[in-house]
This record gives sequence, C-alpha cells and structure tokens, in this order.
Amino acid sequence: MTQLAQSKAAEPIVRAPPLFELRGISKEFPGVKALDDVSFSVWPGEVHMLLGENGAGKSSLMKVLCGAYRADSGSFHYNGETVEITSPADARKLGIAVIFQEFSLVPYLDIAQNIFLGREPAGRVPGTIDRKKILADARRVLDSIGFDIDPAIQIEKLGVAQQQMVEIAKAISQNARILVMDEPTAALSDRETELLFALIARLKADGVAIIYISHRMAEVFSLGDRITVLRDGRRIDEVKPGAVSSDDLVRMMVGRSVDMSYPRTFAEAPGKVMLEVKGLASASGITGIDLVVRQGEIVGLCGLVGSGRTEVVRAIFGADKATAGQILFNGQAKSGGPDEAARLGLALIPESRKAEGLALIRSVGDNLIVSALRKIFPRGLFDHGKSRQIANDLVRQLRIATPSDKQAVGLLSGGNQQKVVIGKWLAAGAKLFIFDEPTRGIDVGAKAEIFALIDRLVADGAAALMISSEQSEICHVCDRAYVMRDGQIAGELARHELSEENIVKLGMQHA
Amino acid sequence: MTDISKPITGGRMLLSDEMIQVFYRLLAAFLICAALTILTNSFFSLGNILNVLRQASLLFFIASGLTLVVLTGGLDLSIGANVAISACIAGTVIHQTGSPTLGVLTGIGVGGAVGMLNGVMVTALRIPSFIATYGMLWVLHGITYWYMGGETMHGFPAGFRQIGSGYFLGLPIPVYLLLVFLAIGTIFAQRTTWGQEIYAIGANPVAARLSGIPVARRLLLVYTVSGAMAGLASIIFLARLNSAEADIGESLTLPAIAAVLIGGTSLFGGLGTVFGTFVGALILTLVLNGMNLLSVNASWQPLVTGVIVILAVWLDMKTRRRAA
Repeated sequence: MTQLAQSKAAEPIVRAPPLFELRGISKEFPGVKALDDVSFSVWPGEVHMLLGENGAGKSSLMKVLCGAYRADSGSFHYNGETVEITSPADARKLGIAVIFQEFSLVPYLDIAQNIFLGREPAGRVPGTIDRKKILADARRVLDSIGFDIDPAIQIEKLGVAQQQMVEIAKAISQNARILVMDEPTAALSDRETELLFALIARLKADGVAIIYISHRMAEVFSLGDRITVLRDGRRIDEVKPGAVSSDDLVRMMVGRSVDMSYPRTFAEAPGKVMLEVKGLASASGITGIDLVVRQGEIVGLCGLVGSGRTEVVRAIFGADKATAGQILFNGQAKSGGPDEAARLGLALIPESRKAEGLALIRSVGDNLIVSALRKIFPRGLFDHGKSRQIANDLVRQLRIATPSDKQAVGLLSGGNQQKVVIGKWLAAGAKLFIFDEPTRGIDVGAKAEIFALIDRLVADGAAALMISSEQSEICHVCDRAYVMRDGQIAGELARHELSEENIVKLGMQHA
Repeated sequence: MTDISKPITGGRMLLSDEMIQVFYRLLAAFLICAALTILTNSFFSLGNILNVLRQASLLFFIASGLTLVVLTGGLDLSIGANVAISACIAGTVIHQTGSPTLGVLTGIGVGGAVGMLNGVMVTALRIPSFIATYGMLWVLHGITYWYMGGETMHGFPAGFRQIGSGYFLGLPIPVYLLLVFLAIGTIFAQRTTWGQEIYAIGANPVAARLSGIPVARRLLLVYTVSGAMAGLASIIFLARLNSAEADIGESLTLPAIAAVLIGGTSLFGGLGTVFGTFVGALILTLVLNGMNLLSVNASWQPLVTGVIVILAVWLDMKTRRRAA
C-alpha cells in the first residue's frame, strides 16, 4: 500500500493498478483445455462477477487463484508487482480466500475454534488453547462483519447461511483482501441472501476485492461492478452491468442465442387424475397433505426452504414412510417403498444428483439402465448388448454430452448428469416425474433443455410434480402450484394466479 | 462441480477398466509362475500345480461369496467361524445318519442360515455389516466350542471324502467345483439383473434405493450367499481333512479378505469382479506355495501376504480413474 501511495505521489495516474491481476493464464488437463489465455483483474472495493456455464472454467480459475492448481502459463500481479502462486500457502499470504460451496468447517468444533483453526492462541499449559482469548478474538471478528452469534456454538448446530458467515469470518480473520465466493446464495433463503448482500456491501466499503461466481442473473446485475464471462475456458468479454442486458450475457455464455422464455406448450384441458394424495403425513413433520396431479400437467410445489417440500415428495415416492393418509396412483392405492413406486411408474429426480441420483463411479450406461432392469430384462438375465443399445439411444435422444456410454457419470457436467437421472426414468417407462429442484447448479443452456424435455414428457401423456426455489421457473412452466408452509399446504394457485408475489405471500406467515 | 466437466474427447472408455484390472492380475500370476519355474525344480510339476489349484479353490469358495458382500460395500467377518460351525454340525449329521448328501445339505444350510442372520442384522436392524458380522464371529465361536466341548470328530464315509480329496479325469474334485462356482459367480454378477443391482447398491446405496432397487432384499440375498458359500467350503474342508474340530476354519477369514482385495474388488463397494477374486486367491496361493518350495521360513508368510495386499490395493488406486 505504501508503494501505491508513493507511485501516486510521483506521477499522477488516473487509476491505481488493480489489487490483483491474472494475465494469460492457461491450464490444461488430459483431453481438455480448462483455461485458455484468461486474464482477469480486481480492484479493492469492487465486486467482480464471474459468469459462465458449468465447465466454462470458473472452478478451474478459482482453483488456480487459491493455489490448488498450478497454472501452465501466465502471470499473477499483486498491486502491480509480479508474484507467484504455486501453493495454497502462497495464495493465503497474498490475502486470497475462497468460500467454496462446500464449506471446509469442522462440524464438531465451535465457531471460534473453526475461525482460528491451526492458529489457536496457546494457553498457559503447552498444547492447550487459551479459551478466553480465542472466544474474545472470535467475537471481535464476528462483530467486524456484523454477525451476532455466540462463538462457542458448535458448527453442526448452525444452518447453511450461518456456516457461510463463519467461513467469511475465518477469511477476514486471516486478513483476506481478495474474497472469492462460489455461488454463495445457492443454498440461502431470500432473507439470508439479503443479509449476505449487506455483508458484501460492508466488505466493499472496507476495500476488500470480491470475485463472485453466480448463475443468477438478478444478483449479477444488482451486485456486480464488472462482469467477466467465460466460455470453454476462454475469457469472452468483460462488461459493465449497465451496458448489457441479461440476454446479452446469456448469449455470451452459451455462444448462441438461447430462448430464455421457458419452453412450454400448455394443454387445452388437463387429462385424467394420475396422482391423488389425501391427508398424507410422515415422521419428517409434514401433515394433512392433499394434492392432485393430472395427466399432461406440470404442477409446482413451492414454499420456503424447510417448508416440507422435499419431505412431501419423499413420502409420495415411498422414500419416507407415510404415517397417515392415502396415496392413489392411477386410482390404485400405494403404500410401499421406492421399489414399488418405480414399478408403478413414478420417478423421483432428487435435489442432490450426486448423493441421491447417481452412482458416480459407474458408467453413463449403467446409470441409465438401473431403474429399467426389471422391465427390460423380466427374466432376470442381463444382456450387455441390449443395455448399451438402450443407453446409447437415450444418450442421443437427450443429447447427453459424453464421449461414450462407458464414461463414468461423475465426469459429466451438472446438466448432463441431470439428463442421465431423467434418462434412467425414461428407460423405466415412468409416467409421473417428480422433480426436486431440477435446475439447481445447472447452467442456462442446459436449463432450457431440461424444461423442453419436461414439456415433451407431459405432452406425451406423462405428468410432473416439480419443486423449485426459483419462483420464476414455477410461474413460467407450471399449470398450477401448491405453496407449502410449515409442513402443510398453505394454498393452491391456478395458472392465472401464478406470480412470484402470490407465491411469496402464501409461503410466508400471516402478518 | 467437476473441473473436467466437458466431455473428454478421444473416447477413453471405462469398460476396459475392469478388464485391464483383471488382466494385470493374470499377468502377475503368470509372472509368479514363470519365476517359480525358474527358481525351483519342483514348482512346474503336475502334482504341485494341482495342489495349488486345490488350495486356491478352497480359498475361492469363501472369497467368492465374500466378493458379493464387498461389492455391496459391506464386509463379512463371520465366514471363518461360519465354516467351523457348519463343518461341525454337518459332521454330526453324517455321523448320526450316515448320509453324505444330508451332510452336504446341512453344511450349506447352516452356512446359509448364519449368512441370512447377518443379512437381517444389516438390513432390518441397520447394524453396520462390519459390526454385525464381527459380533457373529464371536457368537459362532462360542457356540461351536460349546458344541464340540474340545472333542474332535473323525472318520467319514469314503464316498464323502471324495469331495475333498478325490480325482476325476486326473483333476481334483474341488477344482471342478471351483470351475462351476467361478462360472456361476461370474454369470450371477455380470449377466443377471440382480448382479447389476448389487453393483449399483455398492456404488451408491441411497441412489440405488431411490432408483427402485429393493436394496434390503438384495443385501439379504448377498449375505445369505456368502454364508452358504462358507457352508460349501466347510464340506470340502471336512471331506479333505476327514475330521472336524471347533477351530477348523478359524484362520480362513483374513486370507479370504486378502484374496478379494488382491483380486481388485474395492472395499468401498461397486467395483470388482468374482473372476478377479479367483485370480487373487490364485496369486495368494502361488506365493505361499512358492515360499514353501523355496524353503522360506513360514513366519514370513503373513508379512508377504500383507505386503501384497497393500501393494495390490495401492496399484489399484493408481491405475483406476476415479470419478467420485
């Protein structure tokens, strides 16, 4: 900082050098160029948005920044001086901190211990921690970011938003000047998001430079001072938010013009009742759930995170045991587990693809066939040739980007993984598709494809029940929507009543 | 988010992965054979090779059932103790009734019943398989020692003993059984929908359940099969040794786990083959046989087994491409 001041004094320059700058960074992995001549800079007190589809190179760039990857070529500059980043320690010394989507906190330690992990103030007895000091220090750091919480609380007792705050506090306590945030609002409620934005404003005022990765257009425009768009590992452009529209950005991201309006052809009249749920309850806290899904419909299930949406679909699918009520599928009562549900023609596309939807170490083909085994090979004899043929048909039909049906599914991008999860239910001949946040972590281009696919499914006589936290998705795509609150259905909105305002109104407590 | 999320061009395939893993192991077994042929005079003789095959077959019977359990991400530590109790009860039945057939059925039946109990603990009671089968090991030991009261059972009908020590067309009977069960195991794992479901369960049990696989039923089957294979092994042991005592199969559990691991089946589940386990059992037997022929002190055998297991698993991790 002193150098900066001196150079300013020597010759009046219009603008100081950026706090941190990357020039011409390239990084190659076997078979794929993750980063190709990418340049990028941040000034103090600035939020620089990083935009791109999955696989565009955002994660790679972030890992180069924090020293997890070593760039093949290119240079780093800190306050105008050339620096090296070859290890996470180098990055830390430069004041670079990354808040990943998956936090690196130790769940059974308390907030203070996590903030000062590895740097705990020593107590009088060697090997012990000065408890008083660590709590006081933690309190000071938490105060500095305006987070009012007892630092002695264990991490595992905190919600996602609070854990994120602790991560930020930890970074600040390490004198981070450059904060990289990877989709920080992905798991936050609206109120939590507001708190985060307030904190970001505060950090900006303190001169912290923020690199912010996002998939949400709204926050890109409301938060960003500058926007850099990446595609296929290359920097496409750097723009000011005032100078572009969201359509412009999408075009830059996907390299072609994507129809952002959700593809949906609404049926004249809904078909016969496919799913009828009466008074459903389960041990997870949902009670008195009544809902109906008809053939040809996409029915939304909305409400705040934690209102019981996932619990309802798990109970319908049989993943959670129902404690009361009735589920009728095509008029037939259903009470068993997921295997019965699958046999009857229900499909669950869970929120967490990696944990609940896919066997990541197995191939695309294995994953596509897994739910259809009984239907396609009724005698129990598995035929690899037939299985591959079905898999390859689905790969073509769903345009799954994979070098082969033998590729491990964990190596595909999020959008393609989601297509595999949907594909496995197509192979099984499912009739009712239950989607839990079908577009989470999926880029814009793939989103439109997924919705086009859902639209085609229901047009062909299937039906869909869809959970989404993106209210605009619900409004554009659904025929009707149920809104949940505190484990119960708070109300139903018909097509003409569907608006973000109505959804929010129903989802919140009555004032 | 994956970093290499764009498809890798050039079509590198996973299929060959399993096959390459097995191929490496066959190559290793071949190299060991070649080395022993050069280093010793006695290795490359019909008698010795048949001996190796017979020993490998005993190990394989137990290890093949175990392979299925490990493929689901579980472990069966009770197999050795299961061999003991199955052998002792089957021995009693043969002594009492004089019927070898009844004895064989009893051995496999007791083994299978024990396995099913393991399965019930793992599925209905949700006890981790490591704990459930470890507890079962002690329970079976206790019952067998109480049942035998320190006695040894001798002398079984000649016809029964043929199962363990007889020959047919110049090959030991256990080698035929080995071929039969190798074929059955491989077909079951690779060519049936149940086999596919077992791999799916091992790779991700939560996703398998939500994909409509009846996970509990498949697990129950797999533990029962593991137990029944231990029961089968107990019969061959009984027939070969012509005697039964309470500690008859005690020392088999750890070598069987070694054979599974050397054979390339991942302890995390979802990866591996029954054929690999056969090759693993073969490698382990060859090495121990070679050490005997080279007059290496027997105390070195456990050390060498340990080194091979660690080496095999390490090479596995090195050569497999990880997607998770």
